[in-house]
Amino acid sequence: MVQTLGFNQILILLEAFRWTLALAAIAFVCGAVGGLGIALIRTSVFGVLRRAAATFIIVFQGTPLLMQLFVIYYGLPLLNVTVNAWIAVAIGLTLHASAYLGEIWRSTIMAMPKGQEEAAKALGLKYWDRTVYIVLPQALRMALPSTVGFLVQLIKGTSLAAIIGFTELTRAGQIVSNATYQPLIVFSLVGALYFALCWPLSHFSFNLEKRFANAR
Amino acid sequence: MNSITKLSKDSLTEPMIIMESVDKYYGAFHALKNVNLMVKQGEKLVICGPSGSGKSTLIRCINYLEDFASGKIVVDGIALTKGASIDAIRCEVGMVFQQFNLFPHMTVLQNCMLAPMKVRKMTSGQAEKVARSYLERVRISDQMHKYPAQLSGGQQQRVAIARALCMDPKVMLFDEPTSALDPEMVKEVLDTMISLANDGRTMICVTHEMGFARAVADRVIFMANGEIIEEAPPETFFTAPKNERTRTFLGQILGH
Repeated sequence: MVQTLGFNQILILLEAFRWTLALAAIAFVCGAVGGLGIALIRTSVFGVLRRAAATFIIVFQGTPLLMQLFVIYYGLPLLNVTVNAWIAVAIGLTLHASAYLGEIWRSTIMAMPKGQEEAAKALGLKYWDRTVYIVLPQALRMALPSTVGFLVQLIKGTSLAAIIGFTELTRAGQIVSNATYQPLIVFSLVGALYFALCWPLSHFSFNLEKRFANAR
Repeated sequence: MNSITKLSKDSLTEPMIIMESVDKYYGAFHALKNVNLMVKQGEKLVICGPSGSGKSTLIRCINYLEDFASGKIVVDGIALTKGASIDAIRCEVGMVFQQFNLFPHMTVLQNCMLAPMKVRKMTSGQAEKVARSYLERVRISDQMHKYPAQLSGGQQQRVAIARALCMDPKVMLFDEPTSALDPEMVKEVLDTMISLANDGRTMICVTHEMGFARAVADRVIFMANGEIIEEAPPETFFTAPKNERTRTFLGQILGH
């Protein structure tokens, strides 16, 4: 039975959009925690840990996100860990975000003028105080445009969850499209919802970049 | 009066800084060659010499911003070794840099309060009181709610001096504090440093400001190629330098 595209179908899309938002938010927040850890390890004095973190980044930046989601979704059950699609995608996107955010923040931490850390050391401030009060406030501020830029990538990346069967916006679009035989209109709507979220963020990121460039 | 009693009492105690046969390399470059130096408590020392002679490296070894290959450095009775003693020494050794190195995301007041709160564990009220008094001292308390970028170079350097003083260090190190300043701002910073010299605090200053050296220094040290070539009280140093290289150097910087 062919459904007509009406209010109910749009409601299905909007409900699924909430899952897209939730997925992006969880991946971003957990990825930020992971990324901060990666960035601090990458700039630490511990050679072995540094190399381990570098390997993690190389693997996650060097393989497609979809493949990472497959490996987690189909791989974890082999280790007798059963995960549903929601958990698998959340873990996959979190690891993905950790790798990218870690690398973005590492680069701004390392771009800090050497004199900042030296001044902090000379005042007797210990590593954590230097990191929390001197390094991170400046490095994260510098990284804000590229961080927001990555968030946009991440939001769009959540659409891959559709392929392993998690019903977020794109998967809901497939379902509605199959039921209504109106793929063009349905996927245009789906695209418009992504755009409504991503474009303001991109614009915000661009403005930040301009503002920081002027501040220099 | 106070500083005189302090000096005479201190002269009975241990020297503030001892460097014994310190060697330092940057790769193959021998930056410090068998440096021996003793600085008494309350002494004002000026270090000069051509660029690349190891002056900055020497004072940066004193608070372990640079490590050294061999030899011994003792500050305030604590031997510099990797580990906990470094933090203890850094609390007692303030440093002022050529490029000021103020924290740009903090106001002047916050710059001065951070270390006293985090390192000396003062409450914010105590730290603010200390910060205000030293900012007053360097005559910049009217700017204390501004950010460093809103200040001139000379003002920033005076804030950097106040920030170091807020830790009440026993030693102050100055690494070419006026070299990055526009000429019209040099005097305000030197005046501030001269006024500090009366406090009885040990001061080591890498500078080419020979007027400052004459006014303040108890002893002037000349370095070249990583070695201490000559040391003398300022009068002797400027009027009757013994070493040929010292004479050449003084001729170059005073001869115009």
